[in-house]
Amino acid sequence: MTTDQHTELVGRGNREGADLFRSWFEELSATAEQGGQSAYVFVMGSIAEVLRVFDLPTVFPEINSLQTAVRRVAHEYLNEAEDYGYSPDICGYVKADVAVQLRKGAHPMGQIPTPSLAVYTNACNTYIKWAEIWERMYKIPIFTLDVPGTRQARMQTWRGDPDFENDRKYVAAQLKELIALCEQVTGIPFDIDRLREVLGHANVMSRGWSRVLELNRSRPSLFNALTDGTVYLGVANGFRGRAEGAIFFDRLVEEMEYKAAHGIGTLTDEKYRLLFVGVPCYPIFRRFNEMFTQWGGTFINSTYLWFASGGTNRGFEYNLNDPLESLAEGILISVRDAMDSMFYQDQVLAGMVDEFEADGIIYHPIKSCRTVSTGLADNRRAVMASRDIPTLFIESDMMDRRVVSEAQLKNRIDAYFEGLAARRAAA
Amino acid sequence: MSFSAGVDVGSTQTKAIVINEAREIVGRALIDTGANVIQAAENAYTQALEDGGIREEEVEYVIGTGYGRYKVTFGNTQVTEISCHARGAAHMFPATRTVLDMGGQDTKAIRVGPNGEIIDFCMNDKCAAGTGRFLGAAASALAIPLPDLGSRAMQAERPVRISTTCTVFAESEVLSWLGKGKKIEDILMGVHQSIAKRSIGLLRRVGIEDQVTFTGGVAKNIGMIYALQDNLGIQLNVSDDSHFMGALGAALFAMDAIVNSRAPLPATEA
Repeated sequence: MTTDQHTELVGRGNREGADLFRSWFEELSATAEQGGQSAYVFVMGSIAEVLRVFDLPTVFPEINSLQTAVRRVAHEYLNEAEDYGYSPDICGYVKADVAVQLRKGAHPMGQIPTPSLAVYTNACNTYIKWAEIWERMYKIPIFTLDVPGTRQARMQTWRGDPDFENDRKYVAAQLKELIALCEQVTGIPFDIDRLREVLGHANVMSRGWSRVLELNRSRPSLFNALTDGTVYLGVANGFRGRAEGAIFFDRLVEEMEYKAAHGIGTLTDEKYRLLFVGVPCYPIFRRFNEMFTQWGGTFINSTYLWFASGGTNRGFEYNLNDPLESLAEGILISVRDAMDSMFYQDQVLAGMVDEFEADGIIYHPIKSCRTVSTGLADNRRAVMASRDIPTLFIESDMMDRRVVSEAQLKNRIDAYFEGLAARRAAA
Repeated sequence: MSFSAGVDVGSTQTKAIVINEAREIVGRALIDTGANVIQAAENAYTQALEDGGIREEEVEYVIGTGYGRYKVTFGNTQVTEISCHARGAAHMFPATRTVLDMGGQDTKAIRVGPNGEIIDFCMNDKCAAGTGRFLGAAASALAIPLPDLGSRAMQAERPVRISTTCTVFAESEVLSWLGKGKKIEDILMGVHQSIAKRSIGLLRRVGIEDQVTFTGGVAKNIGMIYALQDNLGIQLNVSDDSHFMGALGAALFAMDAIVNSRAPLPATEA
C-alpha cells in the first residue's frame, strides 16, 4: 500500500461519517423547505427498515438534541423549553426538541421538517410521552411498537422456544399495523421487493457494525468508542437500510482491518484500555475524552454503542426470502438486546473485561436520563464482585452544562488514573 | 539530608508539610487560602520551611495537591488529594483500610489497600451537603466560632433531627429550631448527626472496612468524631495532624520520587 493509500484509508470512517452526517441534515433541510413528509423516530428501534419503503425521511430528535450540546448551544434550547414550562428535572433531549419545535425546526445543523407520523418502541418510557407532545402539537398519528423484553436476567429465549415464537408473532402483527398506517399516511402502497432491498442494506450495516466493534479487541485499539464510535453510531442510525450506509460500513471494516493488520492504534501510546457505561457527556464532549486520553486511557467499547444503535451491534441479519417474518424476529432480538444493554449489562461487561483485556470501567450516570442511569450503582457492584477491575463512577449530564462540573470530573478522573498507575506499579 | 514537601491547597485552608528522609514531619504550616491561591501556596510553603528551620534549596521535591494543586507553581508535579489522603492516612495508621476525609467543600470516602493504594473512592456530589461548609452555615446561624462547635455539641441532651441536606437551607432550619425553643447544643448535635449520616452513606458506597481513619479539617471537631463513631459503631483513627494528611501524603509521594529518582505518578496537564 502506498503512502497516499495509507493516508486515504486511516481516519476515512471519521471523514466519511462526518460528510454523511452533513448530507443527511441537508436532505432534512430540503424536505423541510419543500414541506415534504418525514417520520420522527428514536435510536432504540427506529424501524427505519419499514419507513424507507415509504420514502419517509427519518428524523431522530435525540440526535438533533445532542447536536445542540455538541455545538454548545443546548442551554439556549433548554432555557427556552423551561421558560415555556418544562421542568428542569426532565429529559434534556425532550426539552431541546421542544425548543426546536417552538422555533419551527430551526437547528444548528439545518432545518428540521415537521413530522407526518412518529414511530417508537417501548425501549424508553420517555419515548411514549415525548411522541404525545408531537401528537398534540401537529395532530399526527403516533405508533408504539411494543417489543417484549427479557423477563429475567440471563433468561433470553430464542427461535424455537414457544415464548420467543409468541413474542415474534406479537411484533409481526404490530409491523403489519405499522405498514397499513404508513400506506395511509403516505399514499404509497407497500412493496415487498423494496423492503428486501432495504433489508439487504441493513444486513450489510449490521454485519459491518458488529465486525468493527469486534475488531477493537486489537492492541492497540483501533478507534475510540466514545468519540470515533459516536460518529459511526450516527451513520448506523441515520442511514440504516440505505445504500450509503452499507457502503460506509463496508469501507469502515476495510479501514479497521487495515489498522489491525498494521498495529495502528487510536492513541500513539495506549496505556489503559477502558470500557464506557452510559451516555456521553456531550456538553464537553472532546474535553471529557481528553481527560482520559492525556493519561493514555482510551475507550475500547461502550454500552452506548449497543443500546443507542438499537441493538444492531448484535449483527442480526434478515432472511430476504421471508422478509416480514424475519424483520419481526430481527427487531425483537435487536431491540430486546438494546434494552438488555441498559438493564442486564453486568454479565456482558464482565465478559468484555476478559475478551477486550480491559483495565478499567467508567460508569457515567447522567441527571437527564434515569432510565439508563438508575441501575448503574448495582451494576458496578456486580461487576466488581465478579472481576478484579477498578471502576470509576462519575456523574454529569448529556445535555445540561449546569450540572457538568469539569473541575470535579477531572479530580475524580485523575485520582482514578493515579490508582491505576499505583496498581500497575505494584503488580 | 534530603527533604521533601507537600502543599495541599484546599478550598478553605492551605496546608504545607516538610518531611525528612526518615519520613518524619519536620515542618508544618496552615493558613487560610483566601482569594490569591498562588500566594497562599507560596506562603504556606515558606512558613513550613521556617517552622522546620529548613532552607528552600534543601528541599529536593515538592508535590502540590488539593483543588489548587496546579497553582503550586514551584512544585515538581501534582497528585490528587484523594491519593494523598489515602497515603497520609496509611502512613499514620498502617492498618487503615478506609479513609473518610471531610474538608471545607468535599467529603471523600476512600477504600485503600495494604500500602495505602486506592481501591475505590467516592465523593459528595456537586453540592456542599455533608461537608465542613454545612457546619460553617450552622455556626454562622448560631453565631458560634467554628472551633467551639464540637465541644458545644457534646453538651447536647436531646439532639434535634435536621432534615435538610442542603447547606443553603441549613441555616433557615437551624433558625426554625431556635424559634421552637430548642437548646443550641441540641441543634448543634443534630447538625453533626446529619453530616455524619450523609458521610456514612458515602463510606458504605465504597465498603467500610476496619480500620477507618478520619482526616481533613473537620476531623479536629470532637462532636463530629463522636457522631461518626456513634453511627458507625466503631472507633476511628484520628491524628492530631488529621488536617495535614493530604499535605503529608503529597510529601511522602515526593520522598518516593527522591528515593526512586522517578516521579511516583505521572504528571497531568492543568
